[in-house]
Amino acid sequence: MTEAFIYDAVRTPRGKGKSDGSLHEITPVAMATQVFQAIRDRNGLEGDRAEAIEDVAMGVVSPVGEQGAVITRTALLNAGFPETTSGIQVNRFCASGLEAINIAAAKVKSGEADLTIGGGVECMSRVPMGSDGGAWPVDPSVAFKSYFVPQGVSADLIATKYGFSRDDVDAYAVESQKRAATSWKEGRFNKSIVAVKDVIGEPVLDRDETVRPDTDMQSLGALPPSFAAIGEFPGFDAVAIQKYPEIEKINHVHHAGNSSGIVDGAAGVLIGSKEAGERLGLKPRARIISAASIGSEPTIMLTGPEFAARKALKKAGMDRKDIDIWELNEAFASVVLRFMQALDIDHSEINVNGGAIAMGHPLGATGAMIFGTMVDELERSNKQTALITLCIGAGMGTATIIERVN
Amino acid sequence: MAYETFSLDVDADGIALVTIDLPGQSMNVWNETLMREFAAFVDDFCSNDAIKGAVITSGKTSGFLAGADLRMLGGQKASSMREAFENSFALNATLRKFETSGHPAKKLERGEATAKPIAAAINGLALGGGLELCLACHYRVCSDNPKIQLGLPEVQVGLLPGGGGTQRLPRLAGLQNAAMIATQGKPVDPQSAKAQGFVDELAPADEIVSKAKAWVKANPKSAQPWDRKGFKFPGGAGAMDPRAVQFFIGANAMAQKQTQHNYPAVESILSCLYEGSIVPIDTALRIESKYFTKLIASPQAKNMIRTLFINKQAAEKGEQRPKDVPAQSLKKVGVLGAGMMGAGIAYVSAKGGMNVVLLDREMAYAEKGKAYSQGIVEKGVAKGKVSKDKGEELLSRITPTTDYDDLKDVDMIIEAVFEDPQIKAEVIRKTEAVIGNDVIFASNTSTLPITGLAKNSERPDQFIGIHFFSPVDKMPLVEIIPGEKSGDRALAIALDYVKLIKKTPIVVKDTRGFYTNRVVPPYLNEAMLMVKEGVKPAIIENAAKSLGMPVGPLALVDETSLELGKRVMESTKKELGDDYKPTGVEDLLAVMVDKLGRLGRKSGGGFYDYPEDGKKRLWPGVAEYFPEAPQQPSLADAKDRILYAQLIPAAHCFAEGIVPDPQSADLGAIFGWGFAPWTGGPMSHIDTIGMDAFVRKAESLAQKYGERFNPPAKFREMAEKKETLYTAA
Repeated sequence: MTEAFIYDAVRTPRGKGKSDGSLHEITPVAMATQVFQAIRDRNGLEGDRAEAIEDVAMGVVSPVGEQGAVITRTALLNAGFPETTSGIQVNRFCASGLEAINIAAAKVKSGEADLTIGGGVECMSRVPMGSDGGAWPVDPSVAFKSYFVPQGVSADLIATKYGFSRDDVDAYAVESQKRAATSWKEGRFNKSIVAVKDVIGEPVLDRDETVRPDTDMQSLGALPPSFAAIGEFPGFDAVAIQKYPEIEKINHVHHAGNSSGIVDGAAGVLIGSKEAGERLGLKPRARIISAASIGSEPTIMLTGPEFAARKALKKAGMDRKDIDIWELNEAFASVVLRFMQALDIDHSEINVNGGAIAMGHPLGATGAMIFGTMVDELERSNKQTALITLCIGAGMGTATIIERVN
Repeated sequence: MAYETFSLDVDADGIALVTIDLPGQSMNVWNETLMREFAAFVDDFCSNDAIKGAVITSGKTSGFLAGADLRMLGGQKASSMREAFENSFALNATLRKFETSGHPAKKLERGEATAKPIAAAINGLALGGGLELCLACHYRVCSDNPKIQLGLPEVQVGLLPGGGGTQRLPRLAGLQNAAMIATQGKPVDPQSAKAQGFVDELAPADEIVSKAKAWVKANPKSAQPWDRKGFKFPGGAGAMDPRAVQFFIGANAMAQKQTQHNYPAVESILSCLYEGSIVPIDTALRIESKYFTKLIASPQAKNMIRTLFINKQAAEKGEQRPKDVPAQSLKKVGVLGAGMMGAGIAYVSAKGGMNVVLLDREMAYAEKGKAYSQGIVEKGVAKGKVSKDKGEELLSRITPTTDYDDLKDVDMIIEAVFEDPQIKAEVIRKTEAVIGNDVIFASNTSTLPITGLAKNSERPDQFIGIHFFSPVDKMPLVEIIPGEKSGDRALAIALDYVKLIKKTPIVVKDTRGFYTNRVVPPYLNEAMLMVKEGVKPAIIENAAKSLGMPVGPLALVDETSLELGKRVMESTKKELGDDYKPTGVEDLLAVMVDKLGRLGRKSGGGFYDYPEDGKKRLWPGVAEYFPEAPQQPSLADAKDRILYAQLIPAAHCFAEGIVPDPQSADLGAIFGWGFAPWTGGPMSHIDTIGMDAFVRKAESLAQKYGERFNPPAKFREMAEKKETLYTAA
């Protein structure tokens, strides 16, 4: 089979996902457009050479309104790409960006396309989470059968079941903030960050907006738990316990400070075959070793990364010891703590540059952002292999293993 | 045309007054005749140009219409699901035709046709199909009597409102109001119905028909709001409106919390509301009928209808009463002993309209017994549940005393003194010395055999046992225990008394523990055995709740106290001597009670801790003495064990004739110890499981956990002969 190589990775900074966020005035199409243009221009693919990019997959979790109607194709046309470049929108909830990369890579591996982009976009300040509706929590026949609870309750269920205290999750969050701040200070993201520009061409944001370097245990300790109230009424705790009867009472430990932030952002990764790279004079940075997606129990919902990671390792014929660094989206602190516990991973080996607790989680884009972060980090730290994974709504998980090649 | 179930009177304006009045029945219900005749009337109404509109009312003072005839529903048979759907859809089809005058929805919406106006004049309670008939009218005038109940109670028998209730109510009152009324089954009064938008006008009872007619006359070209262009649900609807989405997400969780997935009717009602709010009414009504068909085809609705309504009512009406004993009025009863039980019995007796002589050794005790009633009455007055006058009247009927002479003119005795044979003997002797020769003496006991107590009586044929549950004013069941020599009259009068206090009686055999106390202890023991084996207490409690038990068994042990459990065990051991079979929890009780002083809720905590400032929490220390097993049972296995720990002893009671029939076994279980009501009771549930499957399961549990799970021989035989416990549907 053809190998899929990574030639470039770019991302926007993440803007606070509210009306006072710096990216709120930027449309999602504009954001995706700027990512596509950056990939094109950084790699000398202007003019006819852009035709080499055959197909583009973008993750987008709320594909409605201005993010609807296959935003990928809309943004490609808007970016001035040739008419020949096709686009697809991908929704695998929080792993959409990584899934889009896996699809783009699979197209290369299968020979369907030689050069592709995988990425994602989400303007949560403009198209709020949940805008696309959905039967799962709403249609009684589905909600009952699947024991639906919101993710925050699932995260608290993980903390309760696997024994993570409020101090544990808060300490994790403090470290995430510290790492994000250090990474920015040391310029670790410089390779991939492209500042977002407004309609008059001025940059409106050039760094992640939600990092709080001075976060400490005390400041987090003052925050009230976010999901205790809905646990009690309408009663999601009871629903969760119906599925996990060994638990008497759910310990609500998560709050705004140890959960991922709501932000705006977009990212893209240039993927192609060896031949395509050679033809265009591109230098490969990494290759995709394996990828996997799984489904697991939907009520606890967010423990899927363990199973996705194991499956990706198995597909690659690798052992967990063969992975040098790990990246798991920080949807909630307990998700990462459980993953570390399950695979016996030291905190020093995972999310080394901080994560979504500090920098935010632009749903459809995150997978592509943390993928790019790992490509950069392997080069920076001179390491060989990385595994990127995300927990996903309804109990899914997606993981991808990459290897540095330069 | 002449109809049997309603009268039809067309006035000079061409307005038809339909007065529903089922012959020979105290209350109007949708039975087969009314369904057939009303459909015929609707056909005539639509085609007869002389009729310009209609007003529907009832000829019964008891109310408007109380819903479907449950016997008809419980006995429904269809050879295929398609046929069952046709049956279920019949009423929907009739009512839809009625509200549209037979015009297609599209024509009404485009204004190419209008419906003849129809109004309901609601003179009294309108429940289920009764309210649904009103909702199908274009206008509803209700008598302004606040006692009138308007509601959709079908959920209480495992069904949904299948006459358009899940569709028209949300279109009038919004999804949230409709969900409250239809999933909880609780009725509302006319005032709140008007506030919610499904009653249009309130009027004095004697004006409702004329007001309804006036509306019909003034609105010759009518149509339902949902048949008009631009109709919107009040408060939002469908899969995209954020208000409706938030509502459904919350309602789904709340319903799961409350039903533990045991009541498909609740889920089906929410599905009807959800799916029906996305599509036009004609499609919505078909969806409703399909969910209804699914529910009525399941054993649950049949079981619930049979036990919770038909058999409960039969028992309360005195089905077990010897027929040839003449009725005797009970105006005054003597209650002996004013402790916890006596005080409660005095209250329910006074509430049942009887005068009560409440006797105890000392006046202070007797007064304290009466104070218990006073407490309940005061609470009721404060909550507005009872008027001050009525409350005082009730209290005035209770006379505390220490003087046996005050008993000389009572019509019946209920004795509830301390559970000690000697004290009881003395009280019996003293009482019989003063009461009339024909006064029935009922002894309240939960442990002492009646035949033994009756030996203290001069007239054992007039002596009978009556087992109340604590707290008496809340617990609905009463076990009546005829002793060896109890006569028919004793049984008849005891049942007459139970009828007056509005409780549900079962008649059981005079054996140790009677019925309920033969089943509950083994059930609670099983839970404690699980603790001993290292099953996480949370799994035990949650498995019981998941089955539909109101509280977990360990919480129940705490309530009744571990100390009492230990004492009962010790006295049983003493009494039975070599015949005593160890329960296996002797050592656990010894540790909890003697070593740790965890006697129960009231003293030191038990399996739970009871913090003063919060909810009870399982006591984590239990794991120190009974360490958690590395392998925990699945929820399904834990549920099976807890379920069969009740089914098997209940089956033995039936096999041994301690309860005379499956009906009594089912009623006693649900109303005595809170056995999961959705099953219709243990015997109904065994039939639902299937006798053969039940026996095999019991045998496999016996292999796994011990011979106490073996099914009675009678049940094995029934399985072989492919018999069921209930014969009729």
